Amino acid sequence: MIYTINYMDSKSFVSIADCSKDDILQLIRTAGQFEQHPNQKLLEGKVCATLFFEPSTRTRLSFETAINRLGGRVIGFSDAATTSSSKGETLKDTIKMVSNYADVIIMRHHLEGAARYASEITDIPIVNAGDGANQHPSQTLLDIYSIYKTQGTLENLTITMVGDLKYGRTVHSLLTGMSHFNPTFCFVAPEELRLPDIYKQFMDKNGIRYSEHTEFSQDVINQSDILYMTRVQRERFTDLIEYEKVKNVYVLNNQMLENSKDNLRILHPLPRVNEIAQDVDDNPKAYYFEQAKNGVFARQAIISTVLNYGT
Amino acid sequence: MEHKKELQVAALENGTVIDHIPSEQVFKVVSILEIEKLRTPVTIGYSLDSKKMGKKGIIKIADKFFEEHEINRISLIAPSVKLNIIRDYEVKEKKWVALPDELAGLVKCNNPKCITNNEPMKTRFKVIDKESVILKCHYCETKIKKEEIVLV
Repeated sequence: MIYTINYMDSKSFVSIADCSKDDILQLIRTAGQFEQHPNQKLLEGKVCATLFFEPSTRTRLSFETAINRLGGRVIGFSDAATTSSSKGETLKDTIKMVSNYADVIIMRHHLEGAARYASEITDIPIVNAGDGANQHPSQTLLDIYSIYKTQGTLENLTITMVGDLKYGRTVHSLLTGMSHFNPTFCFVAPEELRLPDIYKQFMDKNGIRYSEHTEFSQDVINQSDILYMTRVQRERFTDLIEYEKVKNVYVLNNQMLENSKDNLRILHPLPRVNEIAQDVDDNPKAYYFEQAKNGVFARQAIISTVLNYGT
Repeated sequence: MEHKKELQVAALENGTVIDHIPSEQVFKVVSILEIEKLRTPVTIGYSLDSKKMGKKGIIKIADKFFEEHEINRISLIAPSVKLNIIRDYEVKEKKWVALPDELAGLVKCNNPKCITNNEPMKTRFKVIDKESVILKCHYCETKIKKEEIVLV
């Protein structure tokens, strides 16, 4: 079966906001098929470029594993310091050059909008593996796939997001991606790291229910289907006294899960520092390591879809 | 009133009169419309008395008729501008400017980490709220409010 995807302006995968509900469901179904049969030679004879202008070992290895499992070949770099961009070559020239060699470009860049721009200057598909603080849509897709797998549905779920809701791009993208599925959101964050107003306006406009909390309480946990934890980073605070006050407030430990729902699962985009205590790891509700594994299937789905190869 | 008109507007046989430009924006309008590149006669009035605006600017361009998408580029800095289209010494048409849905190569993105501030390329913005003038960068998705707008 051949899948096509109806993005607004290209066959590239740049932002989760470009994906319709059907696009997301289709990608998730495809990811599920890859989970059952991970090794398929759909990309035999294809060359995939992974251009990591900014290092990100975890994301790169996940993409490269996905390509290898599909029988494709990988070219690329994992650090811009070894490329011509360190000599001052423009992104446009690098993309044009690599487009002559590869069938798809998977790129991570420190500048925001880099992937969108790249998708406009080449005819081959671009997969955004993160552009600065802007988008990281393959992470969002693996998050959504993880939610689907653990809950059996994406509809009508209560999703609690905890930690840095101001700068956390995974939070913003997940919110956008899940907005198609009638969710209820709970946002738990210190005052300084509250969800930006533009996302609240987006939810108001789309009739999405949400509540905001500064306290990470039992009540909030007990009503959740998904607990999405993120890291509160020290460098985000202008006032370090404020950081010291909150750094241990948004920490999840095993005891706090005592009266949580049976179907609750804990997700985290990783790496974690101390926001999830080690004693949670053995709780069957902890899902963050499997979540990372789902990343390979989600990325197999993305790559095969932009190249128009179904399973 | 008659006297003022005589002073401010010498008759134009064919062309466009851009009226009611905020005085301080006159030269920006010239630059956005690239009027300095024209080879037809142009009269630029600056700091003229206006009942409505206190002071206003006016630009009269002979033998030039703008396309809508060209003229709409000035709507960001001069939203209340009026255009008189003159043919054979008579005002044949009056037009007002309107904010377009998208602005290309006009506004600078305020996000220093945006690709448009780091590559030799044109900026692109979607106008997501015409009433209160909110722009969204097509690339980095940063939203810019009216008072934060900086022209390229």
